[in-house]
Amino acid sequence: MKVGVLALQGAFAEHLDALQRLGTEARPVRLPEQLDGLEGLIIPGGESTTISKLMVAYGLLDTLKAGSRNGLAIWGTCAGMILLATEVDDGDLPIMGLMDMRVRRNAFGRQLDSFEVDLSVAHLGPVPFHAVFIRAPVVERVGVGVEVLSQLEDGRVVAARQGRFLATAFHPELTNDLRFHNYFVQEVIGKG
Amino acid sequence: MEQGSWTVKRGLAQMLKGGVIMDVVTAEHARIAEEAGACAVMALERVPADIRSAGGVARMSDPQKIEEIKSAVTIPVMAKCRIGHFVEAQVLEALGVDYVDESEVLTPADESHHIYKHDFKVPFVCGCRDLGEALRRIAEGAAMIRTKGEAGSGNIVEAVRHMRTVQAEIRRIQGMPVDELMAEAKALGAPYELVLEVHKTGRLPVVNFAAGGIATPADAALMMQLGAEGVFVGSGIFKAHMDVVDEKERRELQKQRALAIVKATTHYKDPKIIAEVSKGLGEAMRGLELRDIPKEELLSVRGW
Repeated sequence: MKVGVLALQGAFAEHLDALQRLGTEARPVRLPEQLDGLEGLIIPGGESTTISKLMVAYGLLDTLKAGSRNGLAIWGTCAGMILLATEVDDGDLPIMGLMDMRVRRNAFGRQLDSFEVDLSVAHLGPVPFHAVFIRAPVVERVGVGVEVLSQLEDGRVVAARQGRFLATAFHPELTNDLRFHNYFVQEVIGKG
Repeated sequence: MEQGSWTVKRGLAQMLKGGVIMDVVTAEHARIAEEAGACAVMALERVPADIRSAGGVARMSDPQKIEEIKSAVTIPVMAKCRIGHFVEAQVLEALGVDYVDESEVLTPADESHHIYKHDFKVPFVCGCRDLGEALRRIAEGAAMIRTKGEAGSGNIVEAVRHMRTVQAEIRRIQGMPVDELMAEAKALGAPYELVLEVHKTGRLPVVNFAAGGIATPADAALMMQLGAEGVFVGSGIFKAHMDVVDEKERRELQKQRALAIVKATTHYKDPKIIAEVSKGLGEAMRGLELRDIPKEELLSVRGW
């Protein structure tokens, strides 16, 4: 199995490292032709406006919309989650629109409001997942067919899945816990 | 729930990697930078080239300007304070900026001590010329490092020197036997624990960008190939095309140059793309020969 990590801007090296530690063959993707032969793609955290602009400039946005119809599994973390959504609070941002959900950018405020917290994620077992939120987005509405994987104590949705698409508002690539990467590889790509 | 932790501070720098952080003086600059794909903007009173030509004391930006820049864009907003001026840093934290740059580009407030950055919840980035300086700043709490270069010069030579120096020192320490690391820590003037960490991991414990003198897409790609994880561009954008009288045309040219630098930073290993984005950009900012800058006017030697 080969998994790509979109390497236009952001924390792509951390995702590549996590996949390698899992024993999954991984490579960076900067141009559409580099998607050939991939079964899954991670869109990392970074600046969504920057990543979106570079995706449009090099034809990746359109290719990914088409690629997803051919069965490519996609996991978006933070900025990646924004790009997966069908609706974003900033209507001008070009997005992929693959997951039926509405996402609010910088939902918690600025960097001073960034935080770490233990989350309960049923699919990962009883041990809480330590999640790092950096100027993070949040899911404001999910459509039918979108499964909520995790919520904050106040009920706000921070992880969701729709078929072969996975979205997390936080950054599993910033900790040593590989359970989310494993879930993406084994469950979303493997059985999705 | 924990805020302002080391992971959270360092984490934002990790999200900025592979990107271009652009110096901006006004909200209009910030909008141009965001439209061009900057991953963050750096607010300061004047761009380094103007600080250099104006002389006098360079300080933190007017808080009102910072507020205007914050409301103009959704990308992170950084701002510079003077070396050792912890009250300017407190003010910037109170304003809610996303990162503080304790910067040699501004006139130092303290010639002996840098800010003790662990006291703050806002993360800091600091400049360095070599590994010892980088590790001293990290020990004080800097969650991100940038090599200094010579700001406002439009000349990449110092940025290259500083990045090569840091990388060479990391490789040397990585190859040393453990029993030589204490003497090396003493020679570098750096905390032993951090020297040991560099020895084990072969990299700085925080993200390292390049700064100071980047004026073209090829300059940015050069720094990336030398090991930078992203770049700061100061005067290189908003001091270029200053001979163009028409404001709208100048804005467009500056935006094109900014976008070309963003693309070259992402595709830094792809010379065909760098060639493509470099076409027809017009004249870059006028650079300075380093030998022509009087020693007392060099910015990179500020701080220790």
